[in-house]
This record gives sequence, structure tokens and C-alpha cells, in this order.
Amino acid sequence: MQDIWIKLVLACATISTMFGIAGLLTWVERKQSAVMQDRIGANRASIFGFKALGLFHAIADVLKMLSKEEFIPQGANKFLFNIAPYLSVTFALVGFAAIPVGDQLIVGGKVIELQAANINIALLFIFAMMSMGIYGVVLAGFSSNNNYAFLGGMRGAAQMIAYEITMGAAIMGVVMVFNTLDLQALVRAQGEYLMGGWLPKWGVFVQPLAFVLFLTAATAETKRTPFDLPEGESEIVGYFVEYSGMKFGMFFMADLVETVLVSALMTTLFLGGWQVPYLHPDGFYFPWGGQVAVGQLAVTVLGVLAFFAKLTFFIGMLMAIRWTLPRFRYDQLMRLGWQILLPASLVNIAVTAIVLVLLR
Amino acid sequence: MEHPELRKYFDVKGPFAFLRLAQMKRAWKQKNRRELTWWENTYIPSVVSGIYLTSAHFFRNFTLHVLHAVGLLKDIPAAVTYQYPEQPRPLSSRTRTRHRLTKREDGSPRCVACMMCETVCPARCIEITAAEHPDPNIEKYPAEFILDLGKCVYCGFCVEVCPEDAIRMDTGKLDTSEYSRESMIYDKKRLMEE
Repeated sequence: MQDIWIKLVLACATISTMFGIAGLLTWVERKQSAVMQDRIGANRASIFGFKALGLFHAIADVLKMLSKEEFIPQGANKFLFNIAPYLSVTFALVGFAAIPVGDQLIVGGKVIELQAANINIALLFIFAMMSMGIYGVVLAGFSSNNNYAFLGGMRGAAQMIAYEITMGAAIMGVVMVFNTLDLQALVRAQGEYLMGGWLPKWGVFVQPLAFVLFLTAATAETKRTPFDLPEGESEIVGYFVEYSGMKFGMFFMADLVETVLVSALMTTLFLGGWQVPYLHPDGFYFPWGGQVAVGQLAVTVLGVLAFFAKLTFFIGMLMAIRWTLPRFRYDQLMRLGWQILLPASLVNIAVTAIVLVLLR
Repeated sequence: MEHPELRKYFDVKGPFAFLRLAQMKRAWKQKNRRELTWWENTYIPSVVSGIYLTSAHFFRNFTLHVLHAVGLLKDIPAAVTYQYPEQPRPLSSRTRTRHRLTKREDGSPRCVACMMCETVCPARCIEITAAEHPDPNIEKYPAEFILDLGKCVYCGFCVEVCPEDAIRMDTGKLDTSEYSRESMIYDKKRLMEE
């Protein structure tokens, strides 16, 4: 009984933190794009003249969306139309359950893994959930009874399936190196060191090509510029063209939640998750000989902080990519996915396999 | 003509030289188009240089914003934008802005109701009601001077045509906005306020 409560608290904390980060991203996106384009960004919403750097715009947006008319177009399939945004958001959020945000927390002799659901096929679980997220896009496009939405849904289906395969193939290299699908075990395995203890054995150092491929495919998976073909802001306005109010808001949030999920996944797979460089369970052991003892609780807290620092780095990077690069043309997108990324990821698997056999 | 070779080739003369020039320039560019190398074709250098550029701007401006917040380096702007209602854009002194009626020393309008501006106005937004002036040296004065800013096209003809320098467009106010069409109609009193 006690375990269930712990799990419940952990799950609620994880989901609400991640959802909170995604909500904050609406603000981050505006401000970051503004600052990098020499502008100031949204700063007008105020409560009693108090502006808080434009943070209230996120609240104002939500209020606006909640008070708008929920419009269902004539001839739309009502059930599928209504369920599509929920599918998008739900499956993106459920993925966080298997992300390890920290090491073990020991409270009163009880060991708590800081992972809402420590299942031994966590990686497969997250990928399954991300694939299910496609249904939200496809159903939204197909049930709207609108040709532009239909086009967006078609593009979304083609793009996300193409890049899903690359994504899956890219992480196979990581799985082969660390020999596990359990994300907590995978992060633990990244706590080893290469080159005589100098270089942490993180995914990005042992699988650099897989990292680049995964980064590209993951950017495509979030459906944001430069891969925003399903949305196509300038031409078809995308699979959610018929949605209004909070249902549109949910698609918008789903994109941001997916950005966070993909960043968390990249952190876990390639940047050592909650691993702090040179921090072992009982303190820092530096390769140049120094040693600093750190308490049990402090190690866990440092780990969680490290996870969120890395998460922030990746989110910032994805945002920078989104506000820098121009959009691909549709044929370029398909060629990149099927003719470049997929063969490259297969080559990566083959090379990794050969090297692993030779090293054994 | 950025290329010296281009200058040699395209020294074209005649009435339609610009057309011929553009055509030849296109042909030259097409002929001398550079094939991308393999490394450039991977798109990676463009991605990296693009992200470097935007990130450089981001970190520069971000640092400046933080420094401004603590009161340092205020003279280096972190953004190129004007915060409009609070910080108006500087206007050129010849910009035609909202009209005003100039005054004599005693505060009455300089306007002599000659109807020149009303006649020249292409939008027909000026309506003057003339009346006889008590001073025998001045023939007429405007009993009412109505200017409908909802119709005005800000061409400035009224200012140019005025023989008495009685109407000017130098208030510096560009953002005339009202809740109704009626309140866009300015009468003598409002035009003379400033």
C-alpha cells in the first residue's frame, strides 16, 4: 500500500513538473526568439502593473483559449474530432513515466528509484507512446472534414513514421553498447569512464553518429520548424486548422511536451541522464587525484539538478534550431528521412556490432 | 557589379541596357554556378553557422538584458526595437503629422477663411464657415473650421496652399485613434489646442 502511494506521488510530481516546463516553454519560446532576433518579446500582460518579464502571457493565453468557442465543423466525425487532441497530449505525457530523473532516494531505509515506472523495457515503452502520439495528428487531420487538415494529417503520418524508424534504428547502437533497455540501468551504465577515467562513458561519446541522427529525427518528431510540414504555417495551416479554443491549445501543448520528452530522452540516452561527471555514490573522485566526500542525499539532489540542467540545455538547443533553420521542402524531407538518415543509422548499427564483437 | 569580370562583359549601352544587363547577368550566374561540395551538401556547416549566429546574438543580448536589469551598460541597447507608446520613434522634421491651426498674438486663428485649403483638399475633409471679422484690416475669419481626420489623406496640400501660414502639420501626433467616426472630426477648438 505504501509503495502505491510513493509511486502515485512520484508520478504526479513527474507529470506536473514536465507539464509545467512545457507550459513555461510558451514563454521561453517567445522570449528566446525575441532576444536572438534583437527584439524584447511579449511584455505587455500585467497584473496590477506588475509584468514579471511577460510571464503572465502564458496565463493570458490559457484564459483566452478556455473562453473561446469550441467549434466542430459540419460533417466532421465528432468522436474522433474530440478525442484527437487528448490522444496527442496524453501519449506525450505518459512517456515521462519511464524517464529516470534521478538516482535512488533512500528515506528511512526504503529505496525509492526516482523513476515513476521502473519497467525493464522503459525505452520500448517510450517509443510505443511516441508512436501512439501520431494517431492524434492523423485522426485530427482525417476527422476534420477539411482538405487542408487532411493534407496536414497525411504529411504528419508520412513524416512521423519515416522518422520514427530512424529514431528507433539510431538508439539501437546505444542499446547495443550498454546492453540494456531499462533506462535506469542505462543511465547507471553511463557512470563508467573511458580514457583512464577522464571521459565519462556517455552515449554521445561512444555513439556520436547515433546522437546526430537521433537529434535530427527527434527534431522531426516534435513537428516543429524545420520539420513543421504537418503544420505548414504558410500554406496549409495543418492538421489542426479546424480546431479552436483549448483543443487547439492542447495540440500546441503536445508539441511542447514532445519537445521536453525528446530532450529528456536525449539527456537519458546520450548525456548520461542524472550522472554528474566524476560523482560516485560516495563523492567526487577526480581523475587528477582530488577527492571530495558528498553525502547520500546530496548525491541524489545533485543528480536531479544535473538531469534538469541537461534537459534545459537540450530544450534550448531545440528552440535555437526551431528559430534558426528554414523549413524543408516535402521531397527534401522524405529524401533526408529515407535516403540519408535511415541508411546512416543502419550503417551505425552494423559498425557498432562489428566493433563490439572485435572488442570482446 | 560585384565581380570585375562582370564589368568587362556587361558594359552595355543603349535605352534598354538595363534589361539586357539583367539577362546577361542571369546567364553568367547560371554558367558559373558553383556546385556544392559533399561536405556542404550534408547541410551540417550551414546548420552550425546558422545556430552560431543566432546563439551569438542571443547570448550577447541576454547578457546585456541582465546587465541592464542591475543598472550597468545602459547606453548599449540590447534590442533594436522601439517600445512604441512609451518610447516614440524619432520623426523627421518634415513628416506630415496631425494638423493644427496657428494663432495670432491675441490667440485668435490666423486663418482668414480664404477657402484655399478647402478647395485644394483632394479628400474634401475641410469645411470652413466664414464670418466677417470685426477688425476692418482683416476681411474674414473662420466661424467654424471642421477637419475630418477620418477622411484626411495627410497629403499636406492644405499647408502648402495656405497664404497665411494658418494651418500646419507639425504636431508630431500620428496616432489619432478614436472610438467613433464622429470623434475623428476635429473642430476649430480642438485644432487650436496645440
